[in-house]
Amino acid sequence: MSVNVEFDNVVKEFGSVRVLHGVSFSLEAGRTVGLIGENGAGKSTLMKILAGFESISSGTLRINGQPKQFVSSREAEAQGIVLIHQEFSLAEDLTISQNLFLGHEKRRGWLLDDASMQVESAEVLAQVGLQVDVNTRVKQLIVAERQMVEIARALLRKARLLIMDEPTATLTPSETKRLFELMVQLKADGVTMVYISHKLDEVKQVTDEVIVMRDGRFVAREDTQNVTRQQMASLMVGRELSNLYPPKAPHPATAAPMLKVSGLTVPGWVEDINFEVHPGEIFGFAGLVGAGRTELFEGLLGLRPRSAGKIELQGKLTDLGSPRAAAKQGLTYLSEDRKGKGLHVKFGLRENLTLMALERYAHPFLDTNAEKAALKIAIDDYGIRTGDLHRLASSLSGGNQQKLALAKVLHPHPKVVVLDEPTRGVDVGAKRDIYFLIQRLAQEGLAVVIISSELVELIGLCHRVAVMRAGRLQTVLEQSQLTEQELIAYATGTH
Amino acid sequence: MQQEPTKSALAPRATAHWLSRLQGLGPVIGLVMLCIAGTWLNSNFATPDNAMNVLTRTAFIGIIAVGMCFVIVSGGIDLSVGSMAALIAGSVIMAMNALAPMVSSPVMIVVLGMGLALVLGATFGMAHGLLITKGHIEPFIVTLGTLGIFRAYLTYFSNGGAITLDNDLNDIYSPVYYGSLMGIPIPVWVFLVVALVGGVILNRTAFGRYVQAIGSNEQVARYAAVDVDRVKILTYVLLGVCVGIATLLYVPRLGSATPTTGLLWELEAIAAVIVGGTSFKGGAGSITGTVVGAILLSVISNILNLTSIISVYLNAAVQGFVIVGVAFMQRGRR
Repeated sequence: MSVNVEFDNVVKEFGSVRVLHGVSFSLEAGRTVGLIGENGAGKSTLMKILAGFESISSGTLRINGQPKQFVSSREAEAQGIVLIHQEFSLAEDLTISQNLFLGHEKRRGWLLDDASMQVESAEVLAQVGLQVDVNTRVKQLIVAERQMVEIARALLRKARLLIMDEPTATLTPSETKRLFELMVQLKADGVTMVYISHKLDEVKQVTDEVIVMRDGRFVAREDTQNVTRQQMASLMVGRELSNLYPPKAPHPATAAPMLKVSGLTVPGWVEDINFEVHPGEIFGFAGLVGAGRTELFEGLLGLRPRSAGKIELQGKLTDLGSPRAAAKQGLTYLSEDRKGKGLHVKFGLRENLTLMALERYAHPFLDTNAEKAALKIAIDDYGIRTGDLHRLASSLSGGNQQKLALAKVLHPHPKVVVLDEPTRGVDVGAKRDIYFLIQRLAQEGLAVVIISSELVELIGLCHRVAVMRAGRLQTVLEQSQLTEQELIAYATGTH
Repeated sequence: MQQEPTKSALAPRATAHWLSRLQGLGPVIGLVMLCIAGTWLNSNFATPDNAMNVLTRTAFIGIIAVGMCFVIVSGGIDLSVGSMAALIAGSVIMAMNALAPMVSSPVMIVVLGMGLALVLGATFGMAHGLLITKGHIEPFIVTLGTLGIFRAYLTYFSNGGAITLDNDLNDIYSPVYYGSLMGIPIPVWVFLVVALVGGVILNRTAFGRYVQAIGSNEQVARYAAVDVDRVKILTYVLLGVCVGIATLLYVPRLGSATPTTGLLWELEAIAAVIVGGTSFKGGAGSITGTVVGAILLSVISNILNLTSIISVYLNAAVQGFVIVGVAFMQRGRR
């Protein structure tokens, strides 16, 4: 059974806001289609309609020629259409096997047939190449493993049309490779796939054709082999993209280090880490997921216990016990988990912006007008695109949320700022804005630390890059040594 | 992309803004409608005397509800406030009686007693806060425990009966409840002041912003360099002080504390906060709403008392319907 999908003039409105303006195109069975576009282009919404998570406001969705209105994801799944979410939809306290069969449990009479569910789970985990016991609770899995569980769940549903929304955002290169192998296998089985990603090199690699959307409209459809990455990016933004990265400023290593870390150990995560960052320097951290980069900085901030190590800020030995202490000493941190740790999505823009520097606005009563003025300045400075100033942070697109989060951690005027995956889930246009912003900050004398899983980004931006593997610092590469091969070799320990 | 959609979206957003403001006014509209109904049903309802009577009765719950609002907005809960009020009342009366032979000035004793109420409230609140933050115990569990502990100690001290304030002291103390200033009873003044101070703290200070930030998402607040533990402890201290204030107003009313003193106050205070539009999940809340919620609930029982349409015995049921109704109207707002 194959699935042919046809969107005919599909319109979607949320309240009075129209996010899809009559989209029409079709998906042929057995093809792998890359769906690309900037954040807010409507890709995810359209796919949610296809998978039964959202309803159509007007227009028609046809499956194998028949008009369909899925009222639930279950109905879509019955047709073999499965969406793997950008944000995980796993129940953390249940085991892998329980999650895989959630809502589709096997029964024997009135009781659950755990044994056979576990056997099937183990089979499907082997298929995606996840070597974890099926009775492990999901909360014990790292993000990349959860992603594999999501994919395993789709396989278990006997998906005929698989929609993947940014599946590799959290995967390491080797896991990504495994996913691509799996995709080849699925394609051979005749499964239609829709691949949504901002990583255009991957889109180029795995898809047969690309469909470009912009501002809720269908823009273009091309065979993948006929378009370059540059052309894809230009179609997405609707204008020629000038250089993505700003020209590098000379490395300012002569100044005394702003942050110096020696012998830092976070038990269970990282051991004996030494590095220093100078004012005006952009210092990168590369490594695979689970190498301990985020945990290193959580330890530095006092969010995880440290067992050893010295931290010097501006030449002064300090003992950071909490993010608050760190912020007071001039070090702030932007989490990789924007919705969980970075922004109050249900707060207004103003409240988010000033949260880390509220003392400046409390005399002792908060000066709301000063806050509003600061927000106006930040919106200009950081290029945050928003209709009006009273919206909630959740109403911003991903890229603009990220710019707001950046503005927030920079609002206390830190001396050192640590940016963990600063461009995760952000479209090309916003990425470029963020790169130029980071460059500007460094030129103003800030010491910038960037943790990133996108090697190209580190190479394009950083003066030096530290590579971590399995909780240890492997090497610090100078600008002249920065190539993808070098970084991968150190990150995987094959150097 | 920048120009056209923004413009077309502006007008509807303005109406959405207006609508959400209207939703915030829900409790006020409910209160106004209730008052109209009350006036229509009984001519005695709309008299100044009755209004002051209702407000004075509301004062205890209302003051506690202001403190409760902070705790709920920060994502916590305190089930013990009724028992806490009872224990504070009993302790204060015992202390004042014990001081009577030693201190010559009865006014001084009353002042000391009132001070003790505040200190006890703050101490109990601090204990809650420490157990919840440093002890890593759920607020529901901690305060469920102290709910029993506080009341049991009062019952033990009172031997199951009443702890009664010395008559002379009671005469000195009674104006605190029965007196009035410019025609408005003292408890109503205190209620007003507590509510105003509470509103300013929640909306116009860094502490208030932190309370909302923690309730909205504790992790984000922690990563944003907010001292989460300290702020949480302070919300419980603040609530404890509110309970102390409510109790020092309550003691002169009857001049005694019994095992039934303050019974179910915790539920009434929580109900007032929720009816006032504060989200039970935390993050967003309003002191004005809380005050209106508290008044609304006591207006209901006042109307039932004044009219005979619905039996007074069904008071709690009517309040219950209102609570569920309000929750129903507000579902999906968050």
